[in-house]
Amino acid sequence: MDDKKLKSSPGQKSSRRSFLKGAAALTAAGSAGLLTGGCGGSVSAETMGLQWEEFFKKNYRLMTPEEKQATVDRLERLARIRHDLDIEVSNREPRENVLYGYAFNISRCKGYMDCVEACVRENNLDRRSKTQYIRLFEMDPGQLDPTSGEGRYFHEVPAANKFYMGVQCFHCENAPCIKACPTKATWREPDGIVVVDYDWCIGCRYCLAACPYWGRRFNWGEPEVPLDEINRRQHYLGNRMRMKGVMEKCTFCIQRSREGRLPACAEACPTGSRVFGNLLDPDSEIRFVLKNKKVFRFKEDLGTDPKFWYFMD
Amino acid sequence: MTTKPNNGMVPFLADCLRWSLSGGVGFKLYLAGLLVVMGAGGVAYLRQFQEGLITTGMSNIVSWGLYISNFTFFVGVAAAAVMLILPAYVYKDKDFHEVVIIGECVAVGALVMCLLFITVDMGGPLKIWHLIPGIGLFNWPSSILTWDVLVLNGYLALNALVPLYILHCNYHNRAPVGWKYLPFVFLSIFWAISIHMVTAFLYQGLPARPFWNNPLLGPRFLASAFAAGPAVIMMVLIVIREKTAYPVDAKIFLKLKRIIVVAAVINLVMLFSEVFKEFYTFTHHSLSAQYLFFGLEGHNSLVPWIWTAISLNVLGTLMFAFDPTKGRPGYLMIAAISLFSGIWIEKGFGLIIPGFVPSPMGEVVDYAPTLNEITITLGILATGALVVTMLIKPALRILLRYKGSMAS
Repeated sequence: MDDKKLKSSPGQKSSRRSFLKGAAALTAAGSAGLLTGGCGGSVSAETMGLQWEEFFKKNYRLMTPEEKQATVDRLERLARIRHDLDIEVSNREPRENVLYGYAFNISRCKGYMDCVEACVRENNLDRRSKTQYIRLFEMDPGQLDPTSGEGRYFHEVPAANKFYMGVQCFHCENAPCIKACPTKATWREPDGIVVVDYDWCIGCRYCLAACPYWGRRFNWGEPEVPLDEINRRQHYLGNRMRMKGVMEKCTFCIQRSREGRLPACAEACPTGSRVFGNLLDPDSEIRFVLKNKKVFRFKEDLGTDPKFWYFMD
Repeated sequence: MTTKPNNGMVPFLADCLRWSLSGGVGFKLYLAGLLVVMGAGGVAYLRQFQEGLITTGMSNIVSWGLYISNFTFFVGVAAAAVMLILPAYVYKDKDFHEVVIIGECVAVGALVMCLLFITVDMGGPLKIWHLIPGIGLFNWPSSILTWDVLVLNGYLALNALVPLYILHCNYHNRAPVGWKYLPFVFLSIFWAISIHMVTAFLYQGLPARPFWNNPLLGPRFLASAFAAGPAVIMMVLIVIREKTAYPVDAKIFLKLKRIIVVAAVINLVMLFSEVFKEFYTFTHHSLSAQYLFFGLEGHNSLVPWIWTAISLNVLGTLMFAFDPTKGRPGYLMIAAISLFSGIWIEKGFGLIIPGFVPSPMGEVVDYAPTLNEITITLGILATGALVVTMLIKPALRILLRYKGSMAS
């Protein structure tokens, strides 16, 4: 994959991939991730105490509102001590009468990958392993199944006679990953977002094996994001810094969507191919799409009931 | 006859430890060799612990590798102890009764390896307490993995405690009291089936992975286990017969051979049935099998392995089925090694890796374990061998002494 990326034609017009190339150039030196339980040299008594409490805290779903606030405060304090970084970790609860849904316009997407770039930045995705929640598959006419598409295309876009299908976590109503998890570290929130409690995940990767959409990413090593690129507006169940050995995934940008904003991918899309909204609101754009367009879902035969539809103009 | 004033556990355990470590120069060298490999594995694990699973060859596409492959195989070896327990206790077979303890020791060693393989595969081994019911959050009955935690630990307890009780009684020159342990023996027979079925269900229950999502997987796990497991036990018995004073009757080998042949033939029939289904009408779901047997899109790292495995499998089965030597140990050893290695490759690598390739998004990558990963695996295998050795040695000594005192 890396070889191909380096071999991509120098004369490419689109600069939209420059970000990803920049990420590739980024080395381990000088970048750091926030984590619980690293092995620093001189650790203060306060840090030790905070780490201790962090290690023995409960599953997020079992915490009282006070306990949730306490862990969020600890995480902010640890970031301050370790990296002199002011982060804001939210524990905002789901909004009332909201069920999120997503629709992807396969007639419009031209494969620019601005969504991928925005997602990587917004969600503090590991730059070292070039983690992406979103994959775009380049399709030839006559296909409609992303598994037959090309997930690694390295040429200028728009390209003649190609169309694109984006995939990410589909936030299934009947999610096989949730069923698989032995510790209930992943679950579906009332607003339909499938989340992971990173501190509760033991890293067995059974959820990854169970997902029919390849929607999950594992932290094989310590994730790295340059300090000045860290998005400081974080959510406990969303883009806060992950640690090595835990699973992560798209959360429909829970830190944004619960504030009534669009996920970063939908906001960044230059072609307007990405529609996000509240399925319970009859006036929402997503409901308009579902009502007026011909829509379909990926691997419908598995009965997972994803909250992610494809449609055509 | 020695007179033991008490029924104490302490002298029993102390003697067991002493006997398990005593032996000639060859034995000492063997133990030292195992310790060196375990040490290397420990150092390699330390590195993995610090840097993360990035030190392995696994990726987001092939997310389970050497560890889980070996785990799957050794669950089968553990389950196979039932092939000695069943005839020994249900059919009151005298010959099997003499060696049933060896089967149980092999099962304990295999289970220790299984639990170690699972532990080294975890991203957050320090968070293992999240799995303990009561303290953590146990997703039972929904997650098959939680079932596996229960049945594996339960089976380990059964296979450790029953022999411990019998040996403890024999050590103090008493016959074990039937009602105190026989119920657990019969429980362990059903339990053995369950550990392997549950482990098969881990994979079988995932529609995301068509290669595994196959109702034949569980039964085939059993058939291959009941061939490979007794093959391991046969290897151990041959070593005991050659190297120790413990009498191993030749009839046992003939009986074990019969079990192995039946199980191995059933396994091969099921394998043929699977291959037929995958290739007679080639569907999208057959791509994993295509990858395994013939390679896909230029990726063919498993092809030599699977054909080696099938050849060894067939060779071992034929050697057991048509034995011109009528049970000569050397011949049986070769047959057992052949069958065991064949099933090891086929059920480990050959089962786990193709489940991930192609990925649910249709992508094909190869997986190769790193040196670090291989070292950890070897360390665990050495640990298993050490456990089996340290259990069998005192067990045989106690049994011999008890038999001698009964006869006199």
